[in-house]
Amino acid sequence: MPTVELRFAALNGHVRTARMIATAVSRRAGIPAGAADEIKLAVTEACARAVRVNRRHAPDSPVHVALVDTPDTFTITVADCGRPGDEVAPGPDGGLVTASTLLDLEPEAADPPWWSDTSDDDSAEDSAGFPPGLGLALIEGLVDEVEISRGPDGVGTVVAMTWHTGVEAAPYKTAR
Amino acid sequence: MDLSLTTRQEGNHTVVVVGGEIDVYTAPKLREQLIELVSGGSYHLVVDMEGVEFLDSTGLGVLVGGLKRVRAHEGSLRLVCTQERILKIFRITGLTKVFPIHSSIEEALAASE
Repeated sequence: MPTVELRFAALNGHVRTARMIATAVSRRAGIPAGAADEIKLAVTEACARAVRVNRRHAPDSPVHVALVDTPDTFTITVADCGRPGDEVAPGPDGGLVTASTLLDLEPEAADPPWWSDTSDDDSAEDSAGFPPGLGLALIEGLVDEVEISRGPDGVGTVVAMTWHTGVEAAPYKTAR
Repeated sequence: MDLSLTTRQEGNHTVVVVGGEIDVYTAPKLREQLIELVSGGSYHLVVDMEGVEFLDSTGLGVLVGGLKRVRAHEGSLRLVCTQERILKIFRITGLTKVFPIHSSIEEALAASE
């Protein structure tokens, strides 16, 4: 059973709600400040992505967040109700590819990266604020282990993020 | 914690001091501010991020959008940031190669001379 579970309507304002809850739970779990910052940003990116996906395909469906704190790990899963392919492209074998293959940030990339686009067309930037996949790329850079999978019954996408915390003596644990 | 924005003129540069949280909810406010400055003829911007407590990819997108706008007028957009947790976000996304990042407003202004 998750330590804390949250369902929220697909609204941008609630991304902040989810962030505050994740911050509170990580603090209670005794996670050090550096990792807590990573958790805060990663959960924001995952929830903002899920809100976009739901608003596009299932605006009435909530975003589901589960936080699980164990002695050695801290895991957050964020599930949307979108269709396969929303900001997570299906790979050649029908499986899911991860953000690093979507967003090639290596300097030797054949195509110029998104930020060097000097065309006047900034409609993509103005609508979404950034190219699809940047949020996931950030998540991959912040999280110890990321697993992206289809939701139950093949509906939606589940982004599971795990940090190896190894917190030996979180205050509330030693108090037991 | 909301977003706070103040601007001031330093020679031919406009310094934008940003504080608080830049996320999907508050980023439009920063975007409007940058658009307004560029529309008003301010093409050399220094964005002071020292008071920023939180920045997400939406905020990064707004800064990139601002950079594209000033570049269209042969302008510049420099960042002032010494906070490790914010710098890390620019590194992960490869944006340290795109934005000149300085440790103080004075340094940013001097580099732009």
